[in-house]
Amino acid sequence: MEHAATQMSGYVSRPATIPGLGRQLREHEMVISMGPQHPSTHGVLRLELVVDGEVVVDVIPHLGYLHRCFEKHCEHMSNYQQVIPYADRMDYVAAMSNEFGYAVACEKLFKIEVPERVEYIRVIMAEFSRIVSHLIAIGTYGMDIGAFTPFLYCMRDREHVLDIFEQTCGARLLYNYMWVGGLSHDVPPDFADKVKAFCKYFRPNIKELNDLLSHNKIFIDRTANVGVLPPEVAINYACSGPVLRGSGVKWDLRKNDPYSVYDRFDFEIPVGTGKVGTVGDCWDRYMVRVREMEQSVNIIEQAIDQLPSGDVRAAVPKRIRPERGEVYVRTETPKGELGYYIVSDGTPSPYRVKVKSPCFVNLSALPAMSRGAMIADIVAILGSIDIVLGEVDR
Amino acid sequence: MREFLLEVLQIEILVYALMAIVPMLWVVPFALFAVWWERKISAHMQDRLGPMRTGGWHGWAQTIADILKLIQKEDIIPALADRKLFKLAPYVVFAGSYAAYAAIPFSAAYIGSNINIGLFYIISITSIVVVGLLMAGWASNNKWSLYGAMRAAAQIVSYEVPVILSILAVVMIVGTFDLQEINRAQSGPFWNWFVFQKFPFLFLAALIYFLSSLAEVNRTPFDIPEAESELVGGYHTEYGGMRFAMLFLSEYANMFAVSAIAATLFFGGWNSPFGETLSGPWWGAFWFFSKGMAFIFVQMWLRWTLPRLRVDQLMYVSWKVLIPFSFVVILGVGFWVMLSP
Repeated sequence: MEHAATQMSGYVSRPATIPGLGRQLREHEMVISMGPQHPSTHGVLRLELVVDGEVVVDVIPHLGYLHRCFEKHCEHMSNYQQVIPYADRMDYVAAMSNEFGYAVACEKLFKIEVPERVEYIRVIMAEFSRIVSHLIAIGTYGMDIGAFTPFLYCMRDREHVLDIFEQTCGARLLYNYMWVGGLSHDVPPDFADKVKAFCKYFRPNIKELNDLLSHNKIFIDRTANVGVLPPEVAINYACSGPVLRGSGVKWDLRKNDPYSVYDRFDFEIPVGTGKVGTVGDCWDRYMVRVREMEQSVNIIEQAIDQLPSGDVRAAVPKRIRPERGEVYVRTETPKGELGYYIVSDGTPSPYRVKVKSPCFVNLSALPAMSRGAMIADIVAILGSIDIVLGEVDR
Repeated sequence: MREFLLEVLQIEILVYALMAIVPMLWVVPFALFAVWWERKISAHMQDRLGPMRTGGWHGWAQTIADILKLIQKEDIIPALADRKLFKLAPYVVFAGSYAAYAAIPFSAAYIGSNINIGLFYIISITSIVVVGLLMAGWASNNKWSLYGAMRAAAQIVSYEVPVILSILAVVMIVGTFDLQEINRAQSGPFWNWFVFQKFPFLFLAALIYFLSSLAEVNRTPFDIPEAESELVGGYHTEYGGMRFAMLFLSEYANMFAVSAIAATLFFGGWNSPFGETLSGPWWGAFWFFSKGMAFIFVQMWLRWTLPRLRVDQLMYVSWKVLIPFSFVVILGVGFWVMLSP
């Protein structure tokens, strides 16, 4: 018992070298384990914090608690279509965006043209899922900072989008909606009205959110100048999405490398400006998400006005054998650049599917952002990266 | 009341025991009500309903059911915890906050112990809470608990300074620590209350007292000792069952204690806002509890609106904002009292 106490207690100095830190602990330092059951690690992430009182000396992330062998599973599906439910489960708060990327990649591999109506509906759904994902990111971020109420306001708005999803495909979280070469269902007859009603309802709520949280003095004190990620560091870490744009880099695949029909819409790319602090701080990343929601509403409104009629499925044979070859398609999901690298060996099932996960890449910049911060800042920084462990670990 | 009971019962020790139990008759139902009330307030602020089922009408029995559940829970003490301290800590915390009720003037007719240093006694006895929190955090043998305890100690000790300084402003005017005397000094219509006197100094003092009291009782935006998103549960991370309920109870008891002091010092205590109308011992108690509950409501309102400060910002607010301002208040009130007696 005595021995166990010495080993388990962090108050006793440990002679051993800390793996990941590369040195012994100094006298006034201690290692504290944040996660995998910690309330604000957004899932089952474990951070090993080396702390000196309240100041964090180093952060060592430990991943893999939610590893489900997604990529290996894909190789054992009997066709390409069956991968889609698994793709849903990566970034489970924005499942539509995952499907979108995979469907686009498969269609490029099969050399299929999908009907225009499909492209428009996909864009609408992907933008809706961006709104949903950002609402969760913003709501939980408020909760990380200690404000509970904005979270429920965000959840309330998210509910309206989920209702639209449910009417369209029956599912509220994991949709299996975008199939290779089309969609599982056409949208319901009153879809356009529902979407327009939502856009009208949602815009004032963004302002409400800004009044309640974004411009709150305490919130700004907690997030401005915290976790600053300079643009060159963000680029070196290959960050993408709001994390990259928060650092002031105007990079959005919907504009820079348009896929589907994104080149037909008029929208802006919000970037961090350092309005209340430094460019690339937590508040900038947060604000990029809020402003992206406005832009998503713009895109949805344009798309629903231009929505052509027609079929929602291209003529795709049930068992399709693509030619040997490989394809890499990257799309802009709410979290950043989601890339699918698919290798085909000519059989009906994929030879290899490799995913480039934006959350994983963005998370790798966490130690760089958090050295010298305080424990409360670690929570703020982690929340501002907006990770979903389902995608980090896959 | 003590004299009356002595006459009826004739046994001194029994009288004191009875007197000690009387505030309990308020504290426990209050805590049960306040937890339910806080749930309802937060729910309605957040577009929810809150508890609706238990007991029928708007889930009024929800907290009673929760307490019953907590009592039945298995009594868990972590394997490597300091067992004695771990068991003792919730009672020390509760004793600290409950002891304050001895000197709180609930009405003109009832005060547990009418000592002439009542205010001084309350301020000092509630400091024992810090010892209990440190015990809880240390004994849990959990790093997050220790963090919570250290934060709580640093915070409560720092915020005691502006609390005492703002209280001193009132004491300088009345010239006594006797809470009943302070109440009597504010008798008459509501503009006689100290918050409206010696404007703006006492108003500022009331504001400083209220803000610091939020930190004293660990409410948002100063709830960093138990910041859920940072420290899991702070000092009570490892507590469950009845011990957790004790910690929770003392938290709510503390909330009312600081609200009661705010009401007494700045808002006339048991005085009716309309002078002689609607005054008397029973009405006095009514006004006192209403004022206390109004402050509790503001505490809850802030909690469900504001984010939380960081630990260094918290210290900044205390040492660099509240304390200088309370010195200004003391100086202002001092000159005022000196120049126009």
